[in-house]
Amino acid sequence: MDKQLTFLDQLFAEGLLIETGVPGLYGRNHTFEKIVAGFERAVAAYATEDQAESVHFPPGMSRNTLSSSGYLKSFPQLAGTVHSFCGSDHDHGVLLRQLANGEDWTQGQVATDLALTPAACYPLYPMIAARGRLKETGALFDLQSYCFRHEPSEDPARMQLFRMREYVRAGTADQVLDFRETWLERGRHLMTSLELPFEVDLANDPFFGRGGKIMASGQREQGLKFELLVPIANSGGPTACLSFNYHQDHFGKTWGIETSNGETAHTACVGFGLERVTLALLRHHGFNLADWPSEVRGKLGLG
Amino acid sequence: MMARIREVIASHGELGIDVNSVADDEDLYKLGLTSFATVQVMLGLEEAFDVEMPEHLLNRATFSSLSQIQSALAQVVTA
Repeated sequence: MDKQLTFLDQLFAEGLLIETGVPGLYGRNHTFEKIVAGFERAVAAYATEDQAESVHFPPGMSRNTLSSSGYLKSFPQLAGTVHSFCGSDHDHGVLLRQLANGEDWTQGQVATDLALTPAACYPLYPMIAARGRLKETGALFDLQSYCFRHEPSEDPARMQLFRMREYVRAGTADQVLDFRETWLERGRHLMTSLELPFEVDLANDPFFGRGGKIMASGQREQGLKFELLVPIANSGGPTACLSFNYHQDHFGKTWGIETSNGETAHTACVGFGLERVTLALLRHHGFNLADWPSEVRGKLGLG
Repeated sequence: MMARIREVIASHGELGIDVNSVADDEDLYKLGLTSFATVQVMLGLEEAFDVEMPEHLLNRATFSSLSQIQSALAQVVTA
């Protein structure tokens, strides 16, 4: 009996994703990266007039910053820390024996000052705060980095290490809500021009535990999060490829970001899941880029 | 019951105001109750009344006012 190949199997077979033995951790080939780069260009084209300040952080951030951010209150299950060997010659001997015996060698690892970045904007907020009060027009940033979420899955659109492109707005509530509305419109236009089926819906973050249900309810009822969803490979429903998030004064209060008149700043961000959109394009237009609609190729600058 | 509810809000709600001055049906969120503090209030109420709030009550509406909290607790607290 022929086993139906999953989308992930097909991606491996085509060489687009490269297996590493860990679910959600993959290499990407040249074709995959060409699509990612094309999509990033297409996104950036909408933002040229905004004159966002481009900042680039590595995929790790200060562990103290992560601790202070409140991320662990909401998503302890997703956070990733970086541990290292800090022992002596004797400890090294123990480690090597454990390795040779196939035993767990990780117990001796010690937490470093780094944690993995859960969302591209997390290292940004203390940077904004350190600059002092915002100017009257607020601030706008453009970022991209690999992010880590501990959620191993066979769904290729749920990777543990994936890239997020973000635009982040800080200012008054009106300024940031206006920014979010603008990107909701741009996002719809972009995905329409990429000829992808999508819907925009109210959403919530995956807050942990029983308390998380209250958080999720609050987020939905206040309309704080919208997602643009495209069907990819999840039988449970379409996958969020873009998200539009209003943080109210959460990060402003956490980091002491103030508007020009000294009030706590509000923030909002739009996030683009680069691998997810690439997978959506492959899913809906096929694995052979030459067969893609010419308008889509044009939009992505694929020639 | 209402007196104990007010005590829990006072110690966990982080409202920064005298909870005894809050009317039973006043909107707690308008008074500054945050989502995070709501979770702390929920845990405080469970401890104070020795109950576990069922999933269908773990939402924003349940904690929107003192009287809403009281109705929710009345569903779970045994006499």
